[in-house]
Amino acid sequence: MKSIAELVAEAPLFADLPPDRLELISGCGQNVHFADGETLFREDTPADTFYLLRHGSVTLETYVPGRGSITIETLGAGDVVGWSWLFPPYRWYFDGRALELVRAVEFDTTCLRDKLETDPALGYDLMSRFAQVLRERLRGTRLRLLDVYGDVLSG
Amino acid sequence: MATFSPAEAPAEGRAMTPRPFAVVHRRREAPGIWTLELEPVDGEPLRPLPGQFTMVYAFGIGEVALSVSGVRDGRLIHTVAAVGAVTTAICASRPGTVLGVRGPLGNSWPLERAQGSDVVVVAGGVGLAPLRGALRHLLANRGEYGELVLLYGSRSPAGVLYRAELERWRRLGMSVDVIVDAAGPEWPGQVGFVTELIPPARFDPDASVAMVCGPEIMMTHCARALLDRGIAAEDVYVSLERSMRCGTGHCGHCQLGPTLVCRDGPVYTYDRVAPALHVREL
Amino acid sequence: MASVIEPEALEMLVSVLRRRGYRVLGPTVRDGAVVYADLASAADLPIGWKDVQEPGSYRLERRDDDARFGYAVGPHSWKQFLFPPRLRLWAASRTENGFEVTPDPPPDRPLALIGVRACELHGIAIQDTVFLGGAHTDDEYAARRKDAFIVAVNCFEPAGTCFCVSMGTGPKAESGYDLALTEVMDGPHRLVAEAGSDRGAEVLAELPHRDATGSDVDAAASAVAGAAEKMGRSVDTDDLPGLLSRNLEHARWDDVADRCLTCGNCTMVCPTCFCSGVEDHTDLAGEQAERVRVWDSCFGIDHSHMHGGAIRPSGRSRYRQWLTHKFGTWHDQFGSSGCIGCGRCIAWCPVGIDVTEELAAIRFDEEASP
Repeated sequence: MKSIAELVAEAPLFADLPPDRLELISGCGQNVHFADGETLFREDTPADTFYLLRHGSVTLETYVPGRGSITIETLGAGDVVGWSWLFPPYRWYFDGRALELVRAVEFDTTCLRDKLETDPALGYDLMSRFAQVLRERLRGTRLRLLDVYGDVLSG
Repeated sequence: MATFSPAEAPAEGRAMTPRPFAVVHRRREAPGIWTLELEPVDGEPLRPLPGQFTMVYAFGIGEVALSVSGVRDGRLIHTVAAVGAVTTAICASRPGTVLGVRGPLGNSWPLERAQGSDVVVVAGGVGLAPLRGALRHLLANRGEYGELVLLYGSRSPAGVLYRAELERWRRLGMSVDVIVDAAGPEWPGQVGFVTELIPPARFDPDASVAMVCGPEIMMTHCARALLDRGIAAEDVYVSLERSMRCGTGHCGHCQLGPTLVCRDGPVYTYDRVAPALHVREL
Repeated sequence: MASVIEPEALEMLVSVLRRRGYRVLGPTVRDGAVVYADLASAADLPIGWKDVQEPGSYRLERRDDDARFGYAVGPHSWKQFLFPPRLRLWAASRTENGFEVTPDPPPDRPLALIGVRACELHGIAIQDTVFLGGAHTDDEYAARRKDAFIVAVNCFEPAGTCFCVSMGTGPKAESGYDLALTEVMDGPHRLVAEAGSDRGAEVLAELPHRDATGSDVDAAASAVAGAAEKMGRSVDTDDLPGLLSRNLEHARWDDVADRCLTCGNCTMVCPTCFCSGVEDHTDLAGEQAERVRVWDSCFGIDHSHMHGGAIRPSGRSRYRQWLTHKFGTWHDQFGSSGCIGCGRCIAWCPVGIDVTEELAAIRFDEEASP
């Protein structure tokens, strides 16, 4: 049975994290699991957690009346889910739901934000790591906006 | 428990009978979107307030709720998207065609309440049409309002409505920002989503009234972005849409939880409807 | 000042009303149920019949007396006459200047409703609020409602599905009628009659009657009080709107969704359900058109249809809409509960869903885990 610190160290997001910071962050983490179809978080609710997915996949989605749930993105093992906790008003923008059995490390972000406030270097480190995740997600989102496959298919 | 005494029964007025209105002008605004100007065949023109809607009837085909985009010289103006059988028939109506109109119905934008405040208008897609009457009123009564800001998002440059008017509104003292989701090199303007225009917009959150209209998901995200800027939820107004058959509060179709959109709306403060909007399939 | 009439006087009541120009409607047995229909004579009344109702079950049984009104309520309600299930609103023809619309004329005779239960009086009052109490009047409802002559009949034989006492709608008719009758089987078979309006008094005066004695009045009161004691069901209405609005995602909705067929029977038999749809027709040449109003139901998939999809696609959301509207948001929309406690929805649900049970289940959970 791995410790939280071991699990965090394995995650790509936290690669090469110095041991003292690893310990600080792990102190805010706990193991959780979600059943297939279970909701992790709802849009416009307080973002007091984020997740490191260890197993299974999560859909980031939004509900449109008349169309139903639209999947915006899917995230899997190794991915981090949730960055709304970093910025005010600290509220989720979308819904998160387990697509299958999900095992994850759940971080208490109230606990984590307190630590980041008192340790700017830790704060900068974490912010950089999340910024890179956001950069990749944003690039993907922008490319999807171009509807590149549509042009190819319609010739 | 309400009781009703027969002697009080209100008399005349035929709420479900359309009045004939002739199409006097028709122009294409964007692919699938047309603006029609209608005049009553006889009788008085309608005097809708900005935000209100009418039920428009295409002879023998059906009726649909359409927000009013304006009035001019006694003409009723509707900008319509052809999305179904009735709206397609309405959009195809050449000048001379006679449509049926019932209304005006519903409530209106808070133009009186907003006096003395900055006014932030956020429109998405065809959502600019129900706001057009309000924008014209704000500019015609410029002195009664503070900063006037229009933030308008569209899917593409082709979908941007009322381009000449947007220019005129800029000249008349309204800050107008247009942004599209995606565009080619011919578009000199901004590309992005309309929520991104909210953080830098120039208005005083403590003395602002916001009016938002567009697809529901756009309105909820814009409302939240406005709240993040510090505008109170009671000062953010949205225009909701639900399935309508009668428009007069009798058919039960437009219910959204505790409210009937045709009767209590379509304009609501965000704090009032946010709880209902967040319940799936309500 | 109460009077007493013999059961035989009901025949004269029917003919007096007909002579005064009313279309006389009342209860009669048809296809194994007590329904509301045109009454040719008092002999058409459900003489000697009672109803036995349970969730998903309705049947008639012979009484051992010849009570005229010894049943509770059947699948029909009076809304089918005040708010007809299918009604043409107007016809239109193309003209040189466009088109001309001719609204259909109102009915040629006012309605006389015989046998209106106390709960049904509330049902009518509730629909009055919906159709007449807002900024716009429903002209078709107004035309049928305004001259309707109402003969209320107090219950002495509620069904197992009744819960009017919980909803504050019965069993005694308090107001909103022209004449109120209470059938007394204790002692000589008679009806205690009270006028509720001037024209009610005029009609009563035309029937053979005598003044009610103290014991007549007591017997009538006792019959009605007896009905109140025999309620088959009850509902705790304390802050029901709040309870429902706090529990829109309760697991019970999934539970009932597993049973509900979304057939809409409940909405058809419910005296207060008022949803309607509109059909626009035209002839082949496109020269003549008409608009027809029809009953609709929130259980239909197209009820909430908008731009390419239904807002309420699941049966779960549609059942929730109906129940939370009836007992909760009706208060916000119209200032009262939408339910009159008649129990029709319970009896006529093919799978026997009991609204009183559904509400109790949600309340129980909330009270169990504050």
